[in-house]
Amino acid sequence: MSQIESARTNTFDDGDRTVTPAVDIRDVSFAYGDAPVVKDVTLTIERGEFLGLIGPNGSGKTTLLHLMLGLLEPDSGSIDLFGEPVSSFEAGSRIGYVSQQSTNRGGSMPVTVRESVTMGRFAHAGHARLTDEDTTIVESALETVGITDLGDRLLNELSGGQRQRAYIARALASEADLLALDEPTVGVDAESRDSFYRLLDSLNDDGITIILIEHDIGVVTDRASRIACINTELFHHGDTESFVESDALAEAYGATGQVVHHDH
Amino acid sequence: MPETIDTAGETDTHSSIDRRLAVEMVGLVLTGAVTAVMLTFIALNWLQAYPVVGEWYDQFMIAGQWMDYYLGTNVFQWSFMWQQMATGVLIGTVAPLIGTFLVHREMALIGETLAHTAFAGVAIGFAAGSLVGGIGTPLYAALIVSIFGAIGVQWLAERTNTYGDVPIAIMLTGSFAVGTLIISWGRGQRGISIEEYLFGDLSIVGAESARMMAVLSIVVVAIVLYTYKQLLFITFDEQAARVARLNVNAYNTLLIVMTAVVVVGSMQVLGVILVAGMLVIPVAAASQISRGFRETIYLSIIFGQLSIAGGLALAISQSLPSGGSIIVVAIAIYLLTIAASSRQVMAISTH
Repeated sequence: MSQIESARTNTFDDGDRTVTPAVDIRDVSFAYGDAPVVKDVTLTIERGEFLGLIGPNGSGKTTLLHLMLGLLEPDSGSIDLFGEPVSSFEAGSRIGYVSQQSTNRGGSMPVTVRESVTMGRFAHAGHARLTDEDTTIVESALETVGITDLGDRLLNELSGGQRQRAYIARALASEADLLALDEPTVGVDAESRDSFYRLLDSLNDDGITIILIEHDIGVVTDRASRIACINTELFHHGDTESFVESDALAEAYGATGQVVHHDH
Repeated sequence: MPETIDTAGETDTHSSIDRRLAVEMVGLVLTGAVTAVMLTFIALNWLQAYPVVGEWYDQFMIAGQWMDYYLGTNVFQWSFMWQQMATGVLIGTVAPLIGTFLVHREMALIGETLAHTAFAGVAIGFAAGSLVGGIGTPLYAALIVSIFGAIGVQWLAERTNTYGDVPIAIMLTGSFAVGTLIISWGRGQRGISIEEYLFGDLSIVGAESARMMAVLSIVVVAIVLYTYKQLLFITFDEQAARVARLNVNAYNTLLIVMTAVVVVGSMQVLGVILVAGMLVIPVAAASQISRGFRETIYLSIIFGQLSIAGGLALAISQSLPSGGSIIVVAIAIYLLTIAASSRQVMAISTH
């Protein structure tokens, strides 16, 4: 995978230029058939930011995230990842993605925690054998998220919170500098959820950019440094204080007439 | 921020895990040794016209006679028996190997579909053979048609975004329908007996098809070793693999084409209708009790070999169809692993 290697070094030596944002979305629209899901969204996510992406159910949050990651192609507009168009972005190991699907996945596939975290090294290794260095990185990722003891356990035997940590560890093992999480704490008990968000905080302090989709608005306003509130269109993008003061929330949620409260 | 997380649920003591690993390693080494002997036989048989190899081949067959003498059997002195056993052993390795990815990719029925596509291929092979004459085994036609079928299934899946039931069912019945039409037309041209390919029959395994299976198996195992990491990642979390910029569609196509190849190679022993069982049942058994993905692959292959060994012994000694015998043994193993895993669950709950 020499392509990936060269793409990595390219994107890393942009020190002399002005630092490009982690994600740069310009005038992006996307529709399933005739139904617009994302409309004219322009949004910049700087490196090191902790962005909370909120909106009512069916507001296009997940679609917008998929567009950012290149899983979907926009109908119009453009998206850059670390200064490169997302369609030609090759340094996949820089992005750690925890999907809703992986969150829900109890799954019957027997995979140990260590095997799943090791997958974070696969984009680096390509077809070559994993080295001792890869093993070291995997072990330290397990340690960072505090699940070293669970390394040999099957992933589908873990609790929701522990499983989320394993997915985060996989992203850390791939040395991602952008972490995209789609409702990671669905079905996770309150205590584990708190400690999970403390973990995200400390990763963010280490300079990792975080994009978090979360239906619990309280969590987002507590943790995120910036908030984007969407319901097909972007209703608010700015720091947390300005969001709390604005009435973007009521507007966005009012637009589909859905219940504002999501607290359990 | 390492936090203390309760690990008291650990039921397996270290010594029992070690014992298990040791048993698995013995099983794998045995499988490897038997496979090596079988590949050696096929190679010697293939090249026996050459001077030195010819002598080695004679020695091999003499060794077979001694085996029969000591075991009181009437199996190992016959070249055709070795061909059948070799094909069986190779099936026992490659079918569960590919099956491990298919089952956990939730593509278990793909094997069944491709077998039916291959049936259309066998029909075409027979028809072409009866028209042109002397094409040899219809498996080559089956191989080509089945690979096209595999690419077709993948094409449908990419467009419908799923390996959904409906396109699969259409593909499965459609290719079988085409097969029956060609067979019925071909019977008019010349007598064709298709039952061996439907239900599996050791007697249709010839030197040529054993060689084909050997070459296919080596290629498939080499590709899986080379792309193991990519196949595992895609099987486990396809979206994350896409985000990591793996060429998911290419690897999916590779997996499905390898499935087609394995299905065609296995079809002569297992039959069109039963071939998917060998892709699925050993893997299902292994997944009941294994403690990781690598172990799942190891156990799948071991269970595959046990099914083949038990099935062939049953088929040869009792003159039964090979396909049915193998699948019945595989299912017996599967039931045993369910019993074993529910004992494990009980051990956890009474812990």
